[in-house]
Amino acid sequence: MSSYNFLVVDDSPTMRQLITFALKRIHNSQVTEASDGVDALKKLSGNKFSLILLDINMPLMDGLKLLSIMRGNPSYNDVPIVIITTEGADVDREKAMQLGANAYITKPIQTNELLKVVKEFLKINE
Amino acid sequence: MSSEEKDIKEADLFKKVEEFLQVFKKGEEFTHELLKENERLRFKIVRLEEDLRNNRKQGDNSQVKLLKDAIAQLEEERNYLTNKFKVVESENKDFAARYVEVEEENNNLANLYVASYQLHSTLDIHEVLTIVVEIIINLIGAEKFSLMLLDEDINELVAAASEGIDKSDLANIKIGEGIIGDVAKTGESYFEKDLEKKRDELNEPLVCIPLMIKEHVIGVLVIYSLLIQKKGFNRVDYELFSMLAGHAATAIFSSRLYAQSERKLSTIQGFIELLSGKPKPK
Repeated sequence: MSSYNFLVVDDSPTMRQLITFALKRIHNSQVTEASDGVDALKKLSGNKFSLILLDINMPLMDGLKLLSIMRGNPSYNDVPIVIITTEGADVDREKAMQLGANAYITKPIQTNELLKVVKEFLKINE
Repeated sequence: MSSEEKDIKEADLFKKVEEFLQVFKKGEEFTHELLKENERLRFKIVRLEEDLRNNRKQGDNSQVKLLKDAIAQLEEERNYLTNKFKVVESENKDFAARYVEVEEENNNLANLYVASYQLHSTLDIHEVLTIVVEIIINLIGAEKFSLMLLDEDINELVAAASEGIDKSDLANIKIGEGIIGDVAKTGESYFEKDLEKKRDELNEPLVCIPLMIKEHVIGVLVIYSLLIQKKGFNRVDYELFSMLAGHAATAIFSSRLYAQSERKLSTIQGFIELLSGKPKPK
């Protein structure tokens, strides 16, 4: 059976816990949390993640900066990245997709939608 | 030729004619018999053909009846199966819909659990307020909102936390004054029905939720505007509002009490040290 390793990057502990709680419902899943872009880069080194869930507005290093760094690095180039953000304007969505995001989900968080997107990327049929 | 020879020849000829006539008569009789037989046989053939037709007709009818019965039975079976299929299909749809509902409910409950767990995870008032703000942004989808807490000394609501709007822009509100003050006075939630209506955001908010401990209002959660992608409120939002009304109030109240008790404890310790003459170890 496959195992899944997720990285959740969000400055809000409540949001991280909400996402983690939802992802833990996928069998054989492990979740690592990071509170901003810098923390995420530390967690990324030496670890292989199945999928990354990324917030945009964060202190120190925002999600878009982290996204462009990851897409410029061959080690993380093929990891699916799902943006979860409050920014609902089309221009923000387009910007994130151009930088290499694979999906764009807006807050308030809809757990059904989040799990659907994650399962689609990982081809999980539960 | 002599006459005697002539007579003999005539007699022979006559005899042969007689014989021929005999043979002819027999042939005629035979022909008659044949014609009769032919007639009889033709009659018999007609009869047989008629019988055959009748028999075939009877055979066809019974076969058709059998086939019709079989078709009717098959149609009945088909109808039964079609009906059964429809019942099973509708049951299936029902189960699928219920599964989706249960899944949704499960997700909502999980979110409510996380939110309430987070609210009660700390006794620091600032952390509690941050958590309330995070819940409102991430689970409700509010863009501009404030958390007005009752200052019992002046009996006014004072902005304790806000998002999308500066706290300094939010004036104190007297109990009973305007929509927000009225919610604090009555303890009844307020929801603006027309979310598209042009309004004076600060004085005509979209939602006001009283934060209550039993009958006592300790503050009001005020939402002025929603995120661009949030088009309205659904059942889960109302459940969240209801949860926040109780749990956020309890968490805020507990953290305030804890802060007060910490202060009191510190004061008491100061007195004890003063009375006992033992300075507090650094």
